[in-house]
Amino acid sequence: MSETPATETSATGTPAPGTSATGTSVPGRRFDGRADAPPLLEVAGVTKTFGHGRRRLTALDGVDLRLRGGETLGLVGESGCGKSTLARVLLGLERPDAGTVRFDGTDPFTLRGKALLAWRRRVQMVFQDPFASLNARMSAADLIGEPWRTHRDVVPTAQARERRVRELLSLVGLRESDAHRYPDEFSGGQRQRIGIARALALDPDLIVCDEPVSALDLSVQAQVLNVLSELRERLGVSYVFISHDLSVVRYVADRVTVMYLGKVVEHGRTEDVFDRPLHPYTAALMSAAPVLDASRAAEDAEIRLRGEIPSPYDIPSGCRFRTRCWQAEDRCADLAPPAVSRADAGDPGRPGQPHAALCHFPLAGEQS
Amino acid sequence: MKPSPFDPDRPALDVEGLCVDLRTPSGTVRAVDGVSFGVHRGRTLALLGESGCGKSMTALSVVGLLDPVAEVTGGAVRVGGTDTLRLSRAERRKLAGPVLSIVFQDALTALNPVQPVGRQLGEPFRIHRGFSRRRAEEEAVRLMTRVGIPEPRLRARAYPHQFSGGMRQRLLIAMAVALDPDVLIADEPTTALDVTVQAQIMRLLRDLQTERDMAVVLITHDLAVVAQRADDVVVMYAGTVVENGTVREVFSHPRHPYTKGLLDSVPEDAVRGRPLPAVPGSPPDLSAVPSGCVFQDRCPLVRERCVRERPPLRSVGASRSAACHFSEELHRV
Repeated sequence: MSETPATETSATGTPAPGTSATGTSVPGRRFDGRADAPPLLEVAGVTKTFGHGRRRLTALDGVDLRLRGGETLGLVGESGCGKSTLARVLLGLERPDAGTVRFDGTDPFTLRGKALLAWRRRVQMVFQDPFASLNARMSAADLIGEPWRTHRDVVPTAQARERRVRELLSLVGLRESDAHRYPDEFSGGQRQRIGIARALALDPDLIVCDEPVSALDLSVQAQVLNVLSELRERLGVSYVFISHDLSVVRYVADRVTVMYLGKVVEHGRTEDVFDRPLHPYTAALMSAAPVLDASRAAEDAEIRLRGEIPSPYDIPSGCRFRTRCWQAEDRCADLAPPAVSRADAGDPGRPGQPHAALCHFPLAGEQS
Repeated sequence: MKPSPFDPDRPALDVEGLCVDLRTPSGTVRAVDGVSFGVHRGRTLALLGESGCGKSMTALSVVGLLDPVAEVTGGAVRVGGTDTLRLSRAERRKLAGPVLSIVFQDALTALNPVQPVGRQLGEPFRIHRGFSRRRAEEEAVRLMTRVGIPEPRLRARAYPHQFSGGMRQRLLIAMAVALDPDVLIADEPTTALDVTVQAQIMRLLRDLQTERDMAVVLITHDLAVVAQRADDVVVMYAGTVVENGTVREVFSHPRHPYTKGLLDSVPEDAVRGRPLPAVPGSPPDLSAVPSGCVFQDRCPLVRERCVRERPPLRSVGASRSAACHFSEELHRV
């Protein structure tokens, strides 16, 4: 599919009238996910702290991200690493203390009024818990159509709304007759489909998925993952996919960003990060995750990390991973680790596919 | 070689035909329906299944901690030859700790928030062995050292909320192994924890098991945890056992379509962009479990016989069984 100029007009922050109206979307409508496509989302040096005085919690510390249209970015890390705060920043719910967010060229935090409302349509969210995130007193149709109460011009007539709800239900694999059922009549997987349909109601460019399948049973997880990847194919929507489940991230993400205590410690193409991690934390995370294939899980190959994640109120000096790292030396406590690329670790990597990490002693990449 | 749990040789824990009924506002439903398994000392058996399959209910009936709305209506739970279901409350309590013990999922609710952890850890010694408070706390410190809590003497005076999730789970494990039980039941012991901490806790459990030669029942929904940590597996669905055997055999050649569906839907080896082989539908509501095969609504092999007749758990190889009429059709690759 060729690039369509539909987004050109919206680069200024005001979408062309009618682009996101009632019609079904066509594949490749916005961007085609090519390596040289312009970034849909660019986050640079975003820092966010909470609290005041001496007791400040650093949730994000100079985070950089890049996401091209049509691409899925996996965000990986353990609790307290800042991934949920980052999601809130991407949705414009949390204003960063420093750094910039550019969405299709526009900084959403400079927008007000109508322009802000128009921007909000373009970034939507799918929540983790489909039991908590749907109002039990609203029918599926009301839940899916609720965003239109705020964004009145998207689907103007009642008739069109009804038609669009039916379209959205079938897009996520539910029946049209489900429109008038209530959340407690649906299973967890079906509820999550309603959550996805609601996120699609405003025809967004980007959907932030915060652990979208971790509350679901395994046999149902696969169904929901399939719905998400189908939507990407059909609508060209991009995802920021937050998950602690590495096998899920490996399956859905084109590129992966690994976070530790508020900092991006490694990013790159999914294959590169998973198969040849540069950062010791990434390697430890990969080896700690249990895998099905017994032959791949030789226990002696497991990297054993000492201790637990330090408090985000009291982040270690120098490299924040040093308190748990088996390679740590004095330098790691004194100096912030430099950004190193695949090439610095003695491997040219792939041109145009940066793979980098923050580490004094990056791994040589011999991991299989 | 250690005997497999399906061996007639007496296992440390032997559950036979366990049935549990649950009283709900809309009537009584059967939550556990004829579940049987056995575990020998030194071995780990996983009870694997999705939410509502009855795995936790099974575990709670074994240790006698069922919620009052649930009732054991049949079967036997034999520990060292005694059927604990026939014992009085007081007799049962004597087994809790020295013979049979459980580690819960949520360490924050399982610990008493208003008592220092050292005192809680000393409690089993005071109750079962009549130790003095001072001596019990000495034992508590020794246990805390064993499970890897730094500065145990100082930390014994701290309260549960002053520990991290991983450390709290260590405390629970310490309490569970305090009196050297023969059988340790671990109910989703790591689900609330981060991956790197999860690995530490599973390692601790395994070390303690080897050191004390315990039989471990691991309750989990995580296939990868089963693959790495268990010797034998019992797969549960809608309150029944649909398949059992050694992990190696069951995972490499599943003989029940549900087990196969679960294994296939793990995205581990999946190719991005290609759809995952998902199991359609979702597990049945306990009040509406079909009368024939429990898995019929979601099964790719379903036939008329499956609707008519519930398949019994039958032998499908050396020390393994499956509850499927057409199990042989899965016998491939």
